[in-house]
Amino acid sequence: MSRRALNPFASTYPPNHSTTTTYNEKYDMPRRASTPRVKKFANFFSTSPKSKSETQTATAALLAAAASQQLNTPSTQISSPSLSLPTISLSTARADSANMDEPPTTLFQPPSPAEARRIAKAHAQFGPLGHHTHRYTSRHQGGSFPEPVMDEPPYYYLLTTYLSYLILIIFGHVRDYFGKRFRKQDYRHLQAHDGYAALNSDFDNFYIRRLKMRINDCFARPVTGVPGRYITLIDRKSDDHNLHFKLTGTTTETLNMSSYNYLGFAQSEGPCADFVEDNIKRYGVTVNSARADVGTSDLHVEAEELIARFVGKESAMVFSMGFGTNATSFPALIGKGCLLISDELNHASIRFGARLSGAMIEMFKHNDVKDLERLLREVISQGQPRTHRPWKRILVVVEGLYSMEGTMCNLPGLVALKKKYKFNLFVDEAHSIGALGPKGRGVCDYFGIDPSEVDILMGTLTKSFGANGGYIAGDKAIIDKLRVTNAGSIYGESPAPPVLAQICSALRIIAGEFIPGQGEERLQRLAFNSRYLRLGLKRLGFIVYGHDDSPIIPVLLYNPAKMPAFSHEMLKRKISVVVVGYPATPLVSSRARFCVSAAHTKDDLDRLLEACDEIGNVLQLKFSSGVAGGAEPLPEGISLEMEKEWKRAQKGTIQGEMNFQPPRWKLEDVLKRGVQDVKVPLR
Amino acid sequence: MDLQYAQSWLDDILNEVSLQFQKVPGSAIFLRYVKSSYQNDPVRSAVEFFLVVFAIFYLLSPKYSTQKKSYVTLSDEEIDELVEDWTPEPLVAPQTPFEETENEKRPVIVGPTGPKSRLSNGRTVTNLASYNFYNLVTNETLKEKAIQVLRNYGVGPCSPPGFYGTQDVHIKTEGDIAAHLGASACIMYAQAFSTISSVIPAFSKRGDIIVADRAVNYAIRKGIQISRSTVRWYDHNDVEDMERVLEKVVREQRKKPLTRRFIVTEGLFENVGDMVDLPKIIELKLKYKFRLILDETWSYGVLGRTGRGITEHQNVDVAEVDMIIGSLAGPLCGGGGFCAGSDEIVEHQRISAAAYTFSAALPAMLATTASEVISMLQTNPEMLTPLRDNIKAMWTQLDPRSDWVYCTSSPDNPIMLLALKPELILSRKLSIADQEQLLQDVVDECLTNGVLITRVKSMPRPVNATTKDIGWELQPALKVCVTCGLTRKEIEKAGITIRHAVTKVVTKRRS
Repeated sequence: MSRRALNPFASTYPPNHSTTTTYNEKYDMPRRASTPRVKKFANFFSTSPKSKSETQTATAALLAAAASQQLNTPSTQISSPSLSLPTISLSTARADSANMDEPPTTLFQPPSPAEARRIAKAHAQFGPLGHHTHRYTSRHQGGSFPEPVMDEPPYYYLLTTYLSYLILIIFGHVRDYFGKRFRKQDYRHLQAHDGYAALNSDFDNFYIRRLKMRINDCFARPVTGVPGRYITLIDRKSDDHNLHFKLTGTTTETLNMSSYNYLGFAQSEGPCADFVEDNIKRYGVTVNSARADVGTSDLHVEAEELIARFVGKESAMVFSMGFGTNATSFPALIGKGCLLISDELNHASIRFGARLSGAMIEMFKHNDVKDLERLLREVISQGQPRTHRPWKRILVVVEGLYSMEGTMCNLPGLVALKKKYKFNLFVDEAHSIGALGPKGRGVCDYFGIDPSEVDILMGTLTKSFGANGGYIAGDKAIIDKLRVTNAGSIYGESPAPPVLAQICSALRIIAGEFIPGQGEERLQRLAFNSRYLRLGLKRLGFIVYGHDDSPIIPVLLYNPAKMPAFSHEMLKRKISVVVVGYPATPLVSSRARFCVSAAHTKDDLDRLLEACDEIGNVLQLKFSSGVAGGAEPLPEGISLEMEKEWKRAQKGTIQGEMNFQPPRWKLEDVLKRGVQDVKVPLR
Repeated sequence: MDLQYAQSWLDDILNEVSLQFQKVPGSAIFLRYVKSSYQNDPVRSAVEFFLVVFAIFYLLSPKYSTQKKSYVTLSDEEIDELVEDWTPEPLVAPQTPFEETENEKRPVIVGPTGPKSRLSNGRTVTNLASYNFYNLVTNETLKEKAIQVLRNYGVGPCSPPGFYGTQDVHIKTEGDIAAHLGASACIMYAQAFSTISSVIPAFSKRGDIIVADRAVNYAIRKGIQISRSTVRWYDHNDVEDMERVLEKVVREQRKKPLTRRFIVTEGLFENVGDMVDLPKIIELKLKYKFRLILDETWSYGVLGRTGRGITEHQNVDVAEVDMIIGSLAGPLCGGGGFCAGSDEIVEHQRISAAAYTFSAALPAMLATTASEVISMLQTNPEMLTPLRDNIKAMWTQLDPRSDWVYCTSSPDNPIMLLALKPELILSRKLSIADQEQLLQDVVDECLTNGVLITRVKSMPRPVNATTKDIGWELQPALKVCVTCGLTRKEIEKAGITIRHAVTKVVTKRRS
């Protein structure tokens, strides 16, 4: 009997067991053993193999069994995740096909240390599902697509931010002034010497040298191992203010909130990795040619067919690099006499490709369909500059999900405009493919829009699929033409077979062709996790950007000094986060960015929320005004539609004016109400 | 009487105005300023007054864009009409018949790429089209190592290098390449093709000067284009012409502020196959104070005793070359590209090279495989000998013996480019497209006889390009990639097949 048959998360699972589950959730997969604050009794239940002997595990299992006996039927006991026997967690069995053929472990046969180690490793890459309610379907709920509300902090923080930059710049110039006089050798590459101009411009380099260098230890931290649920950082230190780093020889395992591992396919175990291994054995690691020469293998054809089917287009082509996909696709699509209209926050690769194409480039305000319409009316009526000839074609380029903002493109609005203004639409789904939509098929899936409404769907395979490279998909005629005109396929190296194998297996799992149910679980967990974390952060009082279903959650920090402080405080709590500031964001809105993954469990997110709560208090980060959500829940019997009227009724009685209350929830309340409130529209 | 009344009324108003004026905060300062600036000189006050009026007028005037001088004001109805009237061209032009056949005939290899590869039509052919020079694609040790890495790192790093995407294996491979080349530092990119397109604009900006060989590859051209630098071309591999260009640049720039100047060229040229005269270029670069960006994509791992590339082959100190760009995807059987140079050059790219900063890092196993092959080359330089023997064997079969084609590649280049002889092109007045068609027929003919070769693909033209935009066009040629995975006999046999195929196609065409 395969272990999967004992799925405790099947719909038959009795819902009244939630008390046991929540109790066990806390201890089932506690903080990694490296956390100093780990409690002894938590260790006792821990799945970490380090501190645990077999007898202990057995005792733990017994205790847990006894605890759950009162509530659970004997059949669900065995594989219930509430038992601290981690091996039997159902979702593990689904995520790892390796142990699917083994006979079910009984309560009194604890796993061997080797088995326990293997499971701990697997769980470090992909956490087991804590409870069957921790799932949600990512889908547009109908109606008009709401603009995300951009909250603003009190002016005090904006002022201090500008002041901070001013001070940093003044300090930088003072240091430069003395440095250029007393430490000439350090400035050699910035100054002309023996007839050579400076390699880097002194002015361009100032920001990097004097501002970024101060917080350089927050960037490019070396890592090892799989960037899954946890990521192992290689510790380093600097004795010369981040100029050079020395590795200390130790590593730290941290909760990974930084990788674009949306569906948790970054795994070194499990069906994908097994499939990749088979393919390495068959194909080697390269095909050693460009696509247009002889770099096309049967695996390429298969991957392209799978991608085309997945995104809902006739045809697709794959590239070995996501950046290169955009960089080479635009010159093959547009040129002289064409116009490219780009969202102002589009990714650097789109700008790179657009500049190479030689087409005119216009920009519209981020996600602003009205501004786009104004621009379209202007450019179509005016025609090409000076000659006033009509444009040969107009290509509007947007991203499905913006990596720094967490916002989704307003696809319904764009499609409506497209019908009226006849432009071509290019959607870069670098972050949205796999991460959005009930079936993970990107923004079209999310909004329920037929993919044929979009001319070209581009995406990367780096993020959700745990592989590398990019694709473009479109009508067969378009893709066939691009195969012979796209420089990336003529000269660029062909994608490597192991990478393609990873793509194929990941796509099959998401589509449910391979291990049915697992893909769905990943998608729904990602959607749940995204909403849960976002709601939690809003309720704690943080300013969070982006749409509710987006797995990218930027938390605004504003002051530049809070970037390193936030990063360091998180690292102290063994959480790795990405902080970004100018020039990747506007000068004032420095931010930390969380990338949620299906590999995270609710416990991981609770741990993150707790850390955010503490750090938010210390660093004064809770400055939301409440306009963007996080409000107190409505009382019983008041639905969302009735909210306005209810508020109006309250107006006279309780307060003079029913303005937005700044949300400052207590952590316990956030954790307590989170799961149930995720399922309704967030407020 | 009326006049008196009007005067008193005027006085009242003036009094009221001055009272109101004095109530305005700062009015005393303003008055003092006007008084002190008057200095018994009404002209002065008049000028100041006009200045103030002009400033106010300027600030209040509507904004205008310098670019929209020919803007036509249209009513909403007119715009609606124009919008309705506008019909865009289709997104891509229809395929030409030549492109269609290219798509149809593109070979699909089933299974691994090896010296003998099986195609999707079921035939097994001799593969002389992959860059599998050392026959390492199916090497068991490399596969073993790759699987080990897979089991420790998974496949993709899921992050750009700046945010938790720099894995220890990347650092190690970068160190290995730098050590192999003898450079002080190295940076790895996720794709070889994108590397130089990003390296050039990271250093060369608007106003800087690039002197480049006319035959450089597509990626370099795109890098130059995006850098917006001033570019001067010199004739392919013509050192004298290069010196002339360098001298001209120096002469022109003498009176201007010093800008960065770069020479960009390739080690082994992708489009021609021949070799650069590096010592001479180094001499000129030092003389005219240019920096050298050398694209070793096709020479790294191929030339030199231990595959260190053109610097080893021509005995040039690596430190003399400012930037060496190479590929890990070709003979090194891994993936990605790299740029080696001084610490400053490498560190600068980590924040300002677009393809590094804005792209995910290279999958770990591709990096380690490349690193593994580098150590093979270092410890076992004999592995290069059979390849060189096979190049010689193939060369003797093709270049002197064929009446129709000649080899433009260097005798050390395992990628042999066979172009049609100029006499043939002249006598038959073959255009570039004719030559491409003819060579495609040769490729097809070879495949029918069980030898898989390919041809140099012409650079994609910009969309809607006019004749002015096209510029240098490469010479169409056949591409034969020699591998050490075949015996001398097999190479010779394949060489004969190719030669006969050329003869057959060319002679058939004539009739």
